[in-house]
Amino acid sequence: MEYKLLFKDYSKALGKGKLLGLKCSDCNNITVPPKMTCQECGGTNLEIVEVTKKGKIVTFTVVSVAPEGRENEAPYITALVELDQGPWIMGNIANVEPSETTMDIIGKEVKLSFRNFPGDRYAPGNQARPTFTLV
Amino acid sequence: MKKVAIVGAGHTPFTFATEKTSVELFSEAAMDAINEANIKAKDIQALNLGNCLGDFSEGQAMLQSYVANDIGAFNVPATRFEGACASGSLAVRDAFIWIASGFYDLVLVGGVERAASIGTSLATRTFAMFTDSHYEYPAGMTFPAMFGMLTHLYSKHYNVPLEKLKEQMANISVQSHAYGIHNPNAQFKKEITVENVLKGFMVCSPLQLLDCCPFTDGAAVIVLASEEKAKELTDKPVYITGVGQSSSGRLSSQKDHLPRIKSREVSIKQAYDMAGITPNDVDVCELHDCFSIASIIAAESLGFFEFGTAGDAWAKGEAKIGGKIPINVSGGLKSKGHPIGATGPSQVAEIYHQLRGECGVRQVEGAKIGITDTLGGDGVICNLIMEKGW
Ligand SMILES: [Zn+2]
Repeated sequence: MEYKLLFKDYSKALGKGKLLGLKCSDCNNITVPPKMTCQECGGTNLEIVEVTKKGKIVTFTVVSVAPEGRENEAPYITALVELDQGPWIMGNIANVEPSETTMDIIGKEVKLSFRNFPGDRYAPGNQARPTFTLV
Repeated sequence: MKKVAIVGAGHTPFTFATEKTSVELFSEAAMDAINEANIKAKDIQALNLGNCLGDFSEGQAMLQSYVANDIGAFNVPATRFEGACASGSLAVRDAFIWIASGFYDLVLVGGVERAASIGTSLATRTFAMFTDSHYEYPAGMTFPAMFGMLTHLYSKHYNVPLEKLKEQMANISVQSHAYGIHNPNAQFKKEITVENVLKGFMVCSPLQLLDCCPFTDGAAVIVLASEEKAKELTDKPVYITGVGQSSSGRLSSQKDHLPRIKSREVSIKQAYDMAGITPNDVDVCELHDCFSIASIIAAESLGFFEFGTAGDAWAKGEAKIGGKIPINVSGGLKSKGHPIGATGPSQVAEIYHQLRGECGVRQVEGAKIGITDTLGGDGVICNLIMEKGW
C-alpha cells in the first residue's frame, strides 16, 4: 500500500507555506506529521487536508549543547506546539531570545512558518523545518 | 514455558574514554560471567549483544560475531540488538524467551558501548538518531532537549513550580552519587550537593550538567540458563519471572500521554502480570535515570508513587535503602555511568547481585524481588522482574 502523503511532499508543501495533514474518515481526527495510518485509530481511509498553521506552545527547551554540525545554531529553542486542530508538532521558536525564555512562554499563541534544514552527513538536507513565531 | 535463571554476571568498570576496544570490553565482562557461572565458553548455545554506536565509535559493526569468536564460543549464532539505550535489555528479554521456549539452555547476553570515546559533539549527534530524523531532528531535537521539554511539561501538567521541581531533581542526582561511591565499577565516585547541581552549566533548559548522566565506556554481560541447567551450576540462581517490552511513535505523536511514557505503562504491566506481583512487592529497583527528571517520570509509571508526586520521594529518603523503594542504589546511570548498549545488562547484574546479597555497603538487606527499567530513545521500554530462587 502506498503512502498517501510522503515526507518529501509534506516537506515540499511546508516550504511553500502549506501545512499538510491527513484527515481520517473513520474517526475524523487529523494526523500531522503524516504517517501510513491514522495516529488515533490506525485507520487507512485518509485524505490530504491543509491544516491551520496556528497553535499554542505546549513545552520547550533552550538547547545550549548542539549536536555535531549544528554548533553555530546554539543556543536555540526547540518546542512542541499543539495545533488548533489537535495534533502536536515539533519546531523551533524564532522570534524569542533564548537566554530570556522562561516557562511563561508555555500556552502562548504561535504561527507556523518554516526555515530550511540543510541536513548533515547523516540526515537528508534541504528539508523545510517547522519554525514558529509568537503572534 | 520453562523457568529461566541468571547464573553469572560480569561487569567492566564504567569509565570515561578507554583505550580498550568494544570487543575487548565485552569479552572481559563475558569471561567473568562465564567463570562465575562455572561453565566454559564452548557450552554457550547462543550470544545476544546490545550495541548502538560501534559503527560510529570505532567503525565496527557486527561486534557480536567477533566477540563470540574472541571468547571461544566458536560459530554460535550471535545476534546484535539495537533499541537505543535499551538495546541490552532487549537482548536479555530475547534470550529469556529462547530459553523459556525450550530452544536453548544456555545463552550469553550482554552489551557494550564506547559512548565516551566518541566525544560529546558526535555522541550528542548520534544519540539524536534515536529521535525521528525526518520530522523532529530538523528542529534540533537531542536527548537532553527531549527531557528538558518533559521537565517543563511535567512542571506545568502537575502544577509543581519549576524551582521546587528542580530542587527535587537535584536531590536525585545527589543520592545517585552518594551510592556510586560504594560501587567499584562506577564512573563517578564523588559526592555532590544540591548546590553543585543548581550551579551547573545549563545543557538544555532547565537541565543542568549534573541533571544529566555522563557519556560512558563499558560492558556488562550475564549468563542465562534453563532451570535444569541452573540447578547443576549454582545454589543461588536468580530467576527472571516477568518481562515486558513496548515501542512508541515519535515524541509529538505521544501527545495524549506526555509527560508519561505510555510504552512504559504497557511494558511494566506485561512484566508485573507475568510475574504475578504488584509494585508493593518490589524490594529494589534499577530504573532509567538518563536525566534526573527521568527518574521521577519512571518511578510514577512503575507504580511506586502517584502521578505528579514522585519528586518528593528522594528528598524524603523514600528512594533510599530502608525507604519505601530503594532506587538506583548502584549509582544509576547518573553516577555508575551509561554505556548505552551495556546499561540494561548492568542493571540486571546489579539486581542479580542484590538478590544474592553481594552488594556490600549498598546492599538492600533481604531483597527477594527486583526490577529493571530501561528506556531507549523517545519510547522503547523494556522491564525485567527478577526473583531470588532459593
Ligand atoms: Zn482515525
